[in-house]
Amino acid sequence: MGERYLLRGNEVIAEAAIRAGCQCYFAYPITPQGELVEHMARHMPRLGRTFIQAESEVAAISMVYGAAAAGVRTMTSSSSPGISLKQEGISYIAGSNLPAVIVNVVRGGPGLGNIAPSQCDYFQAVKGGGHGDYHMIVLGPSTVPEAGELTMLAFELADRYRTPVMILADGLLGQMMEPVELPESLELSKLPQKPWAATGAKGRDPNIILSFDLSPENLKRMNLELQAKYAEIRKNEVRWEEMDTADADIVVVAYGSIARIAKTVIRMARAEGIRLGLFRPITLWPYPYEPLRDLADRVHTILTVEMSAGQMWEDVRLAVAERAASPFYGEMGGVVPTPNGILSEVKKYAR
Amino acid sequence: MPHGVVVVDGERCKGCGLCIAACPQKVLAFSGALNKSGYDVVHVEMPDACVGCAFCALTCPDIALSVYREKTRT
Amino acid sequence: MPVDTARMTKVFSRPQSLTEAHFTYCPGCHHGLITRIIGQTIDELGIAERTIGIAPVGCAVFAYLWYRCDALQVAHGRASAVATGLKRARPDRIVFSYQGDGDFASIGTAESIHAANRGENITVIFVNNQIYGMTGGEMAPTTLVSQRTTTTPEGRDPATTGYPIRFSELLAQLDAPVYITRQALYDTRRIMDCTKAIKKAFQNQVDGKGYSLVEILSTCPTNWHMSPLQANEHVATTVTKVFPLGDLVNKGA
Ligand SMILES: Cc1ncc(C[n+]2csc(CCOP(=O)(O)OP(=O)(O)O)c2C)c(N)n1
Ligand code: SF4
Ligand code: SF4
Repeated sequence: MGERYLLRGNEVIAEAAIRAGCQCYFAYPITPQGELVEHMARHMPRLGRTFIQAESEVAAISMVYGAAAAGVRTMTSSSSPGISLKQEGISYIAGSNLPAVIVNVVRGGPGLGNIAPSQCDYFQAVKGGGHGDYHMIVLGPSTVPEAGELTMLAFELADRYRTPVMILADGLLGQMMEPVELPESLELSKLPQKPWAATGAKGRDPNIILSFDLSPENLKRMNLELQAKYAEIRKNEVRWEEMDTADADIVVVAYGSIARIAKTVIRMARAEGIRLGLFRPITLWPYPYEPLRDLADRVHTILTVEMSAGQMWEDVRLAVAERAASPFYGEMGGVVPTPNGILSEVKKYAR
Repeated sequence: MPHGVVVVDGERCKGCGLCIAACPQKVLAFSGALNKSGYDVVHVEMPDACVGCAFCALTCPDIALSVYREKTRT
Repeated sequence: MPVDTARMTKVFSRPQSLTEAHFTYCPGCHHGLITRIIGQTIDELGIAERTIGIAPVGCAVFAYLWYRCDALQVAHGRASAVATGLKRARPDRIVFSYQGDGDFASIGTAESIHAANRGENITVIFVNNQIYGMTGGEMAPTTLVSQRTTTTPEGRDPATTGYPIRFSELLAQLDAPVYITRQALYDTRRIMDCTKAIKKAFQNQVDGKGYSLVEILSTCPTNWHMSPLQANEHVATTVTKVFPLGDLVNKGA
């Protein structure tokens, strides 16, 4: 403990994955998460672990499927266009009940877009970007140290629920340098046992990993089991942060880097006598609907601020359900909202 | 010549006929009897001709045949 | 009539590493034969307890039911990439992928080439029946020129659809693979040769030698609209002209 380093978000996610016991990492390079791949390339082989620069994101996520099925902690990372390619594999991983961690350092889209920070992949992450009735747990870190903590948590949740977990970061967080205290390394021998894994049928019946059943009745049952697992996750794993909400009249809802900027805005607004608070979802799936709904009963305005056309805004409105005014302010294409920009937006609603 | 015995698993046989053609001794033939899946299964038509070479079993895609060979001719 | 086999030696029986499940393949289809040979190989090498099979999407989608081994069912075309992840995670296990020509040589082209190019220490069984069996007889990349399929109803026209792809020859250009061979099953001799090839491809992995691939010219009597015997004959006389049999790479033979 106590080691402090000045690191980028990308490097912290990589290092935290190693410390969480990630034994196999597969990826295809893409900006703005290059440092993550490079960190893994440098350190995984040195530790006797697997690093493969895959031929594509499709291959990388398929390798994750194989390693996860074999029962080791495994991760892939990419940015938006690459994450689109991973959707096939993510759906199979979810359908086969495999634990895996996927990092998306989101950039501007659609299409090739650009390499500037964005939050435009929110729908894809939280609504299920691939085929089928599935979800992933989606964690949205807002600072570099939190990126490390949530990476550790991602592996833990993936194993606990046998589910894919996504870390939804953005280019700003990936590139930003901050002093961090790195988490302690977990001992590989103490990681959870996986008696279900395909490790060779020695002294037991074969373990079969699959997402397939031709019988509608059976597939329905598999789906019901998945939904029961999601209900459990919704019950246990909703995480969020509130700042200055106790006396607030207006609340900004923001996640990731924008939440961090919003904290500055709160200080600025309070200095001008506006009672502004922040509600920051940490789990984007499962979304903290209920605490946000409670908050909506106590304030007159809930302003969503995002680097997208209003994707999370849909979840906010689901939560608020007309209990308060629910306006939106967003930027797109890699443009990052400034504190002053957000503040002048807030002032429109201050009474 | 050694003597062999072919045992047909009638429920596995799909009546493809590959074993009939593979047998150098013309031991096997279609029986005309259908199994539960509706296939015309093979049977041993000329038991005495079988030399236990197992070519039929080697050829069968459904592992419907077992082959035995006599240890010594009695 | 019951036969008394008690005094006799069993010269052919079901491999121990296969389950009792009935194959879902059509009558005369070589998929079953290949499965039997793999089962026999696993028996002979005594590796059932550490073998993990990978079932593709295609007529062999149920392959996880056939073996008394751990198994994965994976996305269409990705078997070689999944095998890579599995093998890297558990280098002391025996990993084989079983892939049709659509799976391996069309949708999985990139995954197939790069697993070979990395020299992954895996065994790939590549079933080339020149057609998409499972989806109803569409053109495969391996479909012969002029061959009628449901998506080449007038016969495959190279002017618009190209030529049958000799994928094993492509892979044979790479430096890493240790064993690439093309085999067939249209008669007893070919079945015996193919059995040897499959055993070698597994033995190579057991010995840590590296990437081994057995391409097998298989039949699809159903979608070729032939009897099983005609289908065998077609492989012997026509298919082998386009896809010649034999070893393409055999390092340290
Ligand atoms: C991504 C995706 N695309 C298409 C399909 C539909 N599909 C299933 S099997 C198959 C082709 C199978 O052909 P092949 O690999 O040659 O195997 P065969 O059935 O002939 O043994 C296709 C196109 C699918 N399951 N997934
Ligand atoms: S080869 Fe097998 S399935 Fe075909 S007819 Fe003979 S016993 Fe039956
Ligand atoms: S459709 Fe063709 S490849 Fe598929 S099981 Fe039937 S004969 Fe075999």
